[in-house]
Parts: sequence; structure tokens; C-alpha cells
Amino acid sequence: MKRKLLALSLLLSACMLWFTTPTMAAGSEEDKTSFIMHHVKDSHEWHFATFGHTHVTLPLPVIVYSGDRGLEFFMSTDFQNHDTHAFGKEYAHEGYFIDEHDHLGRVDEGSFLELSITKNVVMLFVVLAFLAWMALSAAGHYKKNGAVAPKGAAALIEPIVIFVRDEIAEKSIGPKYKKFVPYLLTLFLFIWFGNLLGLLPGAANLTGNIAVTFTLAILTFIITNVNGNKDYWKHVFATPGVPPAMLLIIVPVEIIGLFTKPFALMVRLFVAITAGHIVILGFIALAFIFESFAIGIVSTLMVTFINLIEILVATIQAYVFTLFSAMYIGSAVAEHAHDH
Amino acid sequence: MDLITPGTGLIFWQLIGFLGLLFILIKFAWKPMLEALEERESSIENALKSAEIARNEMANLKAENEKLLAEARKERDEILAKAHESSTRMIEEAKDQATKAGNEMIEKAKAVIETEKKAALAEVKTQVATLTLEVSEKLLRKNLSDDKAQKELVDEFVKDLKLN
Repeated sequence: MKRKLLALSLLLSACMLWFTTPTMAAGSEEDKTSFIMHHVKDSHEWHFATFGHTHVTLPLPVIVYSGDRGLEFFMSTDFQNHDTHAFGKEYAHEGYFIDEHDHLGRVDEGSFLELSITKNVVMLFVVLAFLAWMALSAAGHYKKNGAVAPKGAAALIEPIVIFVRDEIAEKSIGPKYKKFVPYLLTLFLFIWFGNLLGLLPGAANLTGNIAVTFTLAILTFIITNVNGNKDYWKHVFATPGVPPAMLLIIVPVEIIGLFTKPFALMVRLFVAITAGHIVILGFIALAFIFESFAIGIVSTLMVTFINLIEILVATIQAYVFTLFSAMYIGSAVAEHAHDH
Repeated sequence: MDLITPGTGLIFWQLIGFLGLLFILIKFAWKPMLEALEERESSIENALKSAEIARNEMANLKAENEKLLAEARKERDEILAKAHESSTRMIEEAKDQATKAGNEMIEKAKAVIETEKKAALAEVKTQVATLTLEVSEKLLRKNLSDDKAQKELVDEFVKDLKLN
């Protein structure tokens, strides 16, 4: 198992170095680290590699909705220089442009809503498809064979299902856990697969994107508060065992607490995954900044090491997000008020 | 695209994609899987329970068998004891009867012997009387002139008598 993990990390590191080498080959001092933030952030095109002047990219659709112009579809290639693949205000197309920081803007500065299929959206579809395929083929096993010992995808998914059901849902939520198991399962597997697939070379930093963690945290927030029972709301607005004068302070704090919980969820996953990607890419960048073989060897070893840790972090963060979601839901559906 | 500003497009697609997947998986993956798991768990539990019941039944049967066996043994012993007793009694009875019969026979034999003895004595007496009579007759018939001859005759007769 250890050897397999090590081999996997080495492979990942080698691929990453291979992917970044051409990008680094011809660049100024600043370009040598700019690829880090470029990788970590979302983008309107999926840039894989650059060989000399040849850019290997996946052009992506740009979808814009505005009150006055309705729904419009473009391609990312409409907004860039065909040779350098650079975005800029000078390459405006039909009233829209993408600036050098990959921001979509409107020439006449009107309001609009962007619904583009960005790099992370494509990554999202990949993760969703992978998750759907795994879960459905696992479920197919049970449909075909009934309640027998698992095999294939079911053998991989079943321990996770049992773990999420028994260790996360039942222990944190209590007797009403059954209703929430499907959400927690989907959440855990989505984050886990997203984290792991995000570690692949060339992949996008999906679960380290704040929009993704924001959406997942909002879903937990909605599920928690929709299922909140009398005790839960009483605890917020008329905290038991607190003198009435103190309620003036306690109630606002409790109300803020409602929002800090999902906020913590959002920030924790975003920071953990993004930081991991930045550290790995930072070690890769070291080799190009110092332009030394010795540093290259050290940074490769470090990248391997960090990759191992990131595989661990990918699992831990999926577990933590799911566990805290379950605990928040559990506090909302608990039958008895907490004793203070 | 900024690092800490959530992009509206990604939020939109994430929400649609995640919720869509959630509903598909609830219907087609998690529900059948969780049901199958529960079914399997309950079947394992039932199997364990029925094994426990079977084990208890086996123990009960064994205990019952042993009880039956003990009873049978006891009964056998009783029968044997009874048989032994009755056989002894029969032997005793037979012995008693035999003794009684033997005693009776002895008694009878004694009686017969007594009768025979009496008859024999009576006969001897008759014989003696007859012989006496015969001797007397012969003596009378012979001449009593010669004393010597007489004596000889008497001796002869007495000898004869003894022989008889």
C-alpha cells in the first residue's frame, strides 16, 4: 500500500514537472511563479501546455446573460489573440472582453450574469460523471445480485457507504440519521473524488475553488435550518438558562453562529486544498527559479512528499466537511435541548 | 477570476450539477444500496438468531434424550430387579415344594416299611409257631425210648430252626 502510494505520488510529480517545463522554458522572472496562481484560479480556457509558440488548450464556451441582451453564447477563443492565446481588453468581441486577469467584462459597463463553462465547470462535470458512474455501477451490483457480498465498484463504494452511514451520520445526527445519509454520501464522495482528481496533473483545482465550497456549505446550511426543530430555534432565539438581560448579547451571537458554521466549512475546504496545490506548485517553481539540478532533485522529492500528504488531506478534508455537516444537522434535529 | 470571489457561473453549475447528481443518486444508487445493505444486515442477524435458536434446541433435545435414556435405564433396572426377585421366589417355592414332596414320600416310605415290618414279624411269628408245632409233632412221632436219640433229634431240629 505504502509502495503504491509512493509510486503514485512520484508519477504525479513527474507528470507535473513535465507539464510545467514547457511553460517555464521561456519566461521572465515573474512568469516563473505566475503559473501557480493561474493554476489555482478558475479560467475561461483549459490550458494544458505550451511548446514554443504552440498552445495546447481546450477552448471553452462563454455564456452570458444580461437583462438587455438576453442569453448569449461565445467561445473563449473569440476573446483572445490567436497566436499568443492571451486575453486582453483589445480583443473585445460583441461588446464583451476578457481582461488579462481572466475576468469577463462588458465594454459599455452594463450589468450581466456570467454562466460560462469555465475550466472548473468542466472539471465539475468530470467529477460528477465519475461519481455517477461509480455509484451507479455499484448500485447495479445490488440490483443484479441482491443483498450479497460486494464486488467491483460496489466493493469500493460499500465500505464508504457503511462508514458514512454508521460513523458519520448515525453518530453525529442520532436516531433521525437515515434521511440525511444520501446527502452526506454524495457530499463525501464528491469532495473526495474532487480532491483526488484535482491532484492529477493538468486537472483543475475544483474543490479548492471558493465558489464550489460556498455552494456546498450553503446546501448544508439550508438542510440544517430547514430541518431545525423547536429546540434548535429556541436555543437560538431564547437560549435556555440565560438571564433575560444577557439574551441581548447571546441572541445576536447565536444568529451570527448560524452563519459562521457554513462559513467555516467553506473556508476550511477552500484553504486546505488551495494551499496544498500552491505548496506543490511552489516546490516545482523552485527548480526554475534557481535553475539548478540539485534544487530540482530536492524539489522533486519534496513534491513527492507533499503529494503523499495531499492524498491524505484529500480524504481528511472530505471526511471533515461531511462530519461537520452531519454535526450541524445533528444539532438541528436533536430532540433535547443542550444542558448548559 | 479572483481567488476569493466566488464566480457566479461556477456557483450556478455547481448547484445544478450537484443537486442533479444528488437526486439521480438518491433514486438510482443510494436507495437501492442502503436497502440492500439493510437487507443483508438483517438477514445476517436473522441467520445468527436462528443459529442460536437451533443451538438451544439441540441442547434441549440432548437434555431430553439424556432424560429419556436415564428413565429407560431406571426402568430396565427395575424390570431386572423384579425378574430377579420373581425368579428367586419361584426357586424358593420350587424348593419348598420339593422338600415337602420329599418329606411326604419319606413319610409314606416309612409307613410302608412299618407295615411291611409288622407283616414280616407277624409272618415270623406264624412261622415260629408252625415250626414249633412241626417239631413237636416230629418229636411226638419219634420214639422217646432212646434219650440220646431224642437229644440228637432235638438238636437237629434246633439247627434247622436256626437256619430258618
